[in-house]
Amino acid sequence: MMYFSRCLKFTCLSAALVLGACTHKQEAVNTAPPPTPPPAPSAPAPVTSSILPGSAEDFRVNVGDTVHFGYNEYSIQDADKGILGRQAAWLAKYPAVRVSVEGHADERGTREYNLALGARRANAVKEYLVSQGVSTGRVETVSYGKERPICTESNEGCWAQNRRGVTIVTGGANS
Amino acid sequence: MKKFLVLFAALAALWTAPAYAALQVDVTQGNAQPLPIAIPDFLGDPQVGANVAGVVRADLERSGLFRPLDPRGFAEHATNINAVPNFGSWRAITAQGLVTGQVTLQPDGRLRVDFRLWDVFGQSQILGLQFFTTPENWRRIAHMVSDAIYERITGEKGYFDTRIVFISESGPAIKRVKRLAIMDEDGANPIFLTRGDYMVLTPRFNPTAQMIAYMSYIGGKPRVYLFDIETGKQERLGDFPNMTFSPRFSPDGNQVALTLETGGNSDIYVMDLRSRAMHRLTTDPGIDTAPSFSSDGKQIVFESDRGGGQQIYLMNVDGSGQRRISFGAGANGTPVWSPRGDLIAFTRRQGVQFSIGVMRSDGSGERIITNGGRDEGPTWAPNGRVLMFGREAPGGRGSSIWSVDVTGRNERRVLTPGSASDPAWSPLIQ
Repeated sequence: MMYFSRCLKFTCLSAALVLGACTHKQEAVNTAPPPTPPPAPSAPAPVTSSILPGSAEDFRVNVGDTVHFGYNEYSIQDADKGILGRQAAWLAKYPAVRVSVEGHADERGTREYNLALGARRANAVKEYLVSQGVSTGRVETVSYGKERPICTESNEGCWAQNRRGVTIVTGGANS
Repeated sequence: MKKFLVLFAALAALWTAPAYAALQVDVTQGNAQPLPIAIPDFLGDPQVGANVAGVVRADLERSGLFRPLDPRGFAEHATNINAVPNFGSWRAITAQGLVTGQVTLQPDGRLRVDFRLWDVFGQSQILGLQFFTTPENWRRIAHMVSDAIYERITGEKGYFDTRIVFISESGPAIKRVKRLAIMDEDGANPIFLTRGDYMVLTPRFNPTAQMIAYMSYIGGKPRVYLFDIETGKQERLGDFPNMTFSPRFSPDGNQVALTLETGGNSDIYVMDLRSRAMHRLTTDPGIDTAPSFSSDGKQIVFESDRGGGQQIYLMNVDGSGQRRISFGAGANGTPVWSPRGDLIAFTRRQGVQFSIGVMRSDGSGERIITNGGRDEGPTWAPNGRVLMFGREAPGGRGSSIWSVDVTGRNERRVLTPGSASDPAWSPLIQ
């Protein structure tokens, strides 16, 4: 936490295309070991006949719903820009779909702080999708802080999985 | 809770207390020398008399300041509460204090509880009180007896006649069910206030202990709600497009400080509960959250990462004069102002180690008072001498509530029905 972002979040979030610059500045003051990169997004599975195009399952399986964040950070990592680009493209293809982005934190933070951090992460995903052409009114955000881990061990592998933004289809999908 | 108000205390003035009584405990010394005290079962109905005395013994023992003696060692078995005890027989078993009491069912159906507190060495009565209540209310009377004894001997207000609101947890960590629950300070009478079909977090009492402000995920939208304990009525506080969280009542109960997230940025506001007007206090692009009013209502302590890491800040209640007060190691958050006004309790985090600390309200005199590994979210007893907090077991194996004296001594697990976190201690119930 000592190396928390020096860049104003306003700057980071309002213009997704300059996130790279902000990220470099963060790394310059980072005194802790760099966080382990989260697992690379798996290659999109081939569309099978059992998954209805334009459905929530189509989005989850064939597009990918989750991006990851560095420790106490909320900038979109380069490795995740592909998946968010695919999310934006899928949302352009299915314009009736509405989504909610869940922001989550690892256990290394107090409850209220992590709620705020989760909100930052959810909003960062939303801002990126909006920068890729998704209308802002289609994207809600919700923070779960550290209350909904998907991995419960106290190690970097689990923490990296838990620091995540998950895009959930909430309406307008084919079913 | 208003139904509990049909009780009153009156001084039983059969003996006037001599002023030289020296029976006292210094609460600032923790439990270094707990005071030996004899509390025989109260006379009258044997079951009720034993129940009341048992709760008083447990209360005083739990405080760490008293050592209730084993009743099996008592030589004297009084049959008349109005008789002067044989002090010699109590001195012989090292008792310094003696409590005698009696329970009587009144012709009108009420329960009457009398008790006397004796200074064994001073050979004098130093307190005598009488309570009336409905018979099912006997536990509250027992706690009030404990409070009276604690106050007479320590000079500090007791805290046994209080309640704890907390989050009851069940299920695996990845899908944990969190319910709002309330119980007596000793863990008795737990009641679930929500069913668990939506997550709830961070409950806080108002100054009359009638209302709880908390955060709920009803409808998938995390917002601050008010819960009226008497009516069970829940009400969303305001109508905001984004998350509201970390509520805390002002000392007069007329305002709630809370955090409103907008576009990913969390800032602190104060809402007036009558007009529902929101007044913004912070505008910083960092995270500003976890506000807590000073006991005089003039200042708010909160946490912010505006300086790079999560630290504790102070501001005037209008938002002016914002300044950092925590400079210790690691991250510091969840500040909570003591009801006495003298100290601020907080959570210290270094990596994955969480502990509870206290500091003076200017940030000086910092002391870390727990080392359980995952201790978070302190709450003060109304007398400012004891804290409760949540302790998480590693690996998502549940959590529990603990209490500790502000000295760091007398750490104890608080009885809860299953896993529990995020306790908030009520004020003294009126």
